[in-house]
Amino acid sequence: MATMKDFRTKNKPTWCPGCGDFTVLAALQKAVAELGLEPEQVALVSGIGCSGKISQYFNSYGFHSLHGRSLPTATGVKLANQDLTVIAAGGDGDGYGIGMGHFVHTVRRNIDITYIVMDNHIYGLTTGQTSPTSDRGFRSKTSPQGAAEEPVKAVETAIVNGASFVAQAFSGDVKQMTHIFKEAISHKGFALVNCFSPCVTFNKVNTYEWFKEQLVNVDELEDYQPEDVDHALRVLAETKGTVTGILYKQKRPVYHEVMSGASDVAAAKLDLRLPKEEQQALLQSFR
Amino acid sequence: MATLTWKVGGAQGEGIDSTGDIFATALNRMGYYLFAYRHFMSLIKGGHTNYKVRVAESPVGYHGDDLDILVAFDQRTIDENAHELTEDGVLIYDSGKLKSPVIPDGLQVKLCPVPVTDMAKELGSPIMKNMVASGVSAAIVGLSADAFDSLIEERFGKKGESVVESNKAAVRAGFEFAMDRYGVLKKLPNPQPADDGGGHLFISGNEAVGLGALAAGCRFLAAYPITPATEIMYTALAHFPKYGGKVLQAEDEIAACIMAIGANYAGVRAMTSTSGPGLSLMQEAIGLAGISETPLVIVDVMRGGPGTGLPTKTEQSDLNELVYGSHGEIPRIVLTPSTVEECFYYTAEAFNLAEKYQCPVIVATDLYLGMSKQSVPVGAIDFEKVTIDRGELISDEELLALAPGEYRRYAVTESGISKRSIPGQKNGRFVAMSNEHDEGANEEIEDPETRVQQMAKRMRKLDAFDPSALGVEYDGPETTELTLVGFGSTRAQIGEAVKQLRENGAKVGHLQIKVVKPFPDALVKRYLSGAERIVVVENNATGQLAELIRARVGFHDKIHSCLKFSGDPFTVEEILAHCKLKQEVGL
Repeated sequence: MATMKDFRTKNKPTWCPGCGDFTVLAALQKAVAELGLEPEQVALVSGIGCSGKISQYFNSYGFHSLHGRSLPTATGVKLANQDLTVIAAGGDGDGYGIGMGHFVHTVRRNIDITYIVMDNHIYGLTTGQTSPTSDRGFRSKTSPQGAAEEPVKAVETAIVNGASFVAQAFSGDVKQMTHIFKEAISHKGFALVNCFSPCVTFNKVNTYEWFKEQLVNVDELEDYQPEDVDHALRVLAETKGTVTGILYKQKRPVYHEVMSGASDVAAAKLDLRLPKEEQQALLQSFR
Repeated sequence: MATLTWKVGGAQGEGIDSTGDIFATALNRMGYYLFAYRHFMSLIKGGHTNYKVRVAESPVGYHGDDLDILVAFDQRTIDENAHELTEDGVLIYDSGKLKSPVIPDGLQVKLCPVPVTDMAKELGSPIMKNMVASGVSAAIVGLSADAFDSLIEERFGKKGESVVESNKAAVRAGFEFAMDRYGVLKKLPNPQPADDGGGHLFISGNEAVGLGALAAGCRFLAAYPITPATEIMYTALAHFPKYGGKVLQAEDEIAACIMAIGANYAGVRAMTSTSGPGLSLMQEAIGLAGISETPLVIVDVMRGGPGTGLPTKTEQSDLNELVYGSHGEIPRIVLTPSTVEECFYYTAEAFNLAEKYQCPVIVATDLYLGMSKQSVPVGAIDFEKVTIDRGELISDEELLALAPGEYRRYAVTESGISKRSIPGQKNGRFVAMSNEHDEGANEEIEDPETRVQQMAKRMRKLDAFDPSALGVEYDGPETTELTLVGFGSTRAQIGEAVKQLRENGAKVGHLQIKVVKPFPDALVKRYLSGAERIVVVENNATGQLAELIRARVGFHDKIHSCLKFSGDPFTVEEILAHCKLKQEVGL
């Protein structure tokens, strides 16, 4: 059985020392090992940016795709071979900026993948611009007078669009993060894990300390009901989204089981040839 | 060859398509060869639409220059189409609705007023006017009244016996009315059913693309609806699911193309289909397929551009985008089939090429080829003739024989092609890379040598691509006074123009280019060398194919362009006239 080490590669991460993405990587490696998965059964699809580099450091099949396009790539992979465990990973700019359209539609379809967003409220690799999750008033190279926009409410967006599993984690708490990843990967359907993953180089506002002060852990709340959509949205409103834990989950039909062409056999494992009598019948329908 | 042309026109939403389709399908079953062209507008109800059918004794790829019979459900049909009628032509019109139709001055045709809508109403429903009109048409061209029976039983059987019977009655009512008043009009051309046992398929280019994909083992299509490509998705929806093939309507063309890439990466043969505006959105993804060396099949059914341009009209103006589109440089193959049969075989072959060369392959057709239905002989579309070649896939045994981590997805090879593993294979781990990378699929953007090696490796993979089997088709002598060149859907009109020129004694050639990237330089050069003059016929404003020929093989002084970009397909007469052939080759 594979151990956490088997999910490591020889590539040394190029993230800045102290980057939140290190613990996301470690928690993911631990989670898949503890779930008993083998590297060849997993496909990790990443987008572009610091977060997108994760596929280089995670020993499974991978696809380092395009900016904002990790979800449609992962969708294609999952629908081609539903037997694979498919994980998509990217950043807030990647997923909630350029990839926002794909995000909502992947939620609606309930594709059976886990989507990990490393949310640092800034564009790191392009050296510090405002991101879709930057707070209003956030000063950066592209918002010298303070960001004029409201931040994207990503987890709320996922919930109101019918997501079947929504959670938030924090790079400062690897234990909770690992637990959430395991739950998300085990969940049948689309699972969003928004990970607060501080950028130590460019974001001097949303630091580890800042998150520690703000975050409320709903997993520790006795009366929290993750099946209750109203409760989830209320807590998110009250805390302005600064919560961690499994925020919401529900049972919904999984896309590859209900789509046109749904089959028990993965598409990639089907026979390519049509039986001869089928060919004839098919051609007859064009007379 | 005797051909008869028939057209029905009216307001969109009035059942014009179904009238045309029923008339044409019935004739196809009788053994005639047909070509059916739809003229429609980008709206749901109202406006003007028509459906033209050319009936022939052997295969035809073109709807014909003129018109023998026009069935008009409204005045606009007369206004916009009557001028096409021949002198012995027939104008059938709905005399209930058009009590005093305005007939253009000097129109020498036989007028056949028939109260089609009123007759249909009397029989139970005005929507049966298409059946009445079919019956009228059958009588006038000399077919039997029961020509439509089996088709009506199939189409309406599910709706119950009474619907079947009333539709049959509507055909008979139209037939009898016309026989009583007009009889068989002997002056009309009278093509005979082909003596080849009938059983022809009646199929559009889009449908043939869908079947070609299925025959090639494609089991995943993601697409976004867009005229004139949506029928490919419909064909996939109708036939893929039976065999476990998956069809997904994506949120946009970007997602559709990327999903097809993800699915190909994961080992299924996958495709997307689109038209111009969608192709533009896919350009980023096409580059991704190129650098990550992931197979990808895209079908582009061209329409009038730019912008959203002419959504319901034909054009061949995406050529430059197909050949040059996407940033950076990638290997790619662009196929331009020119017949329905080629839509089938070229699409099927696209999957082999995509996997063999691990690169994007685009099949480019256009609205005229994609949406026109035509008869093809029995056996012309044959699943058994489709070969499946999955290219250089690395086997489980080969992978297990390697030390862990030793497999190099992007190994630099002489052929430029590296063995591909599929997720799920033990020991075959790699990351498909959008960023530049080394042989082991590790990101590498700092080492110039690695960059050059990988880039050169990718760019030489198509050196082995031999366009001779697919690339061109030439019909003509070695030396000509004129050679006409085209790609895609203009083939049949060019063919008919060439035939007419030859009948007048001209020494003419016809070169059909069927692969535009990599361009079949040597073949084109060989066939054009012996031409005194070259006329390149294409549906665009800037002569993109002519430009490509000049850039790739020369002949600058000999090349002339015959262009049309109104949104309508060429007529044979236009090709002859536009090129000023009448004067120069003695027509």
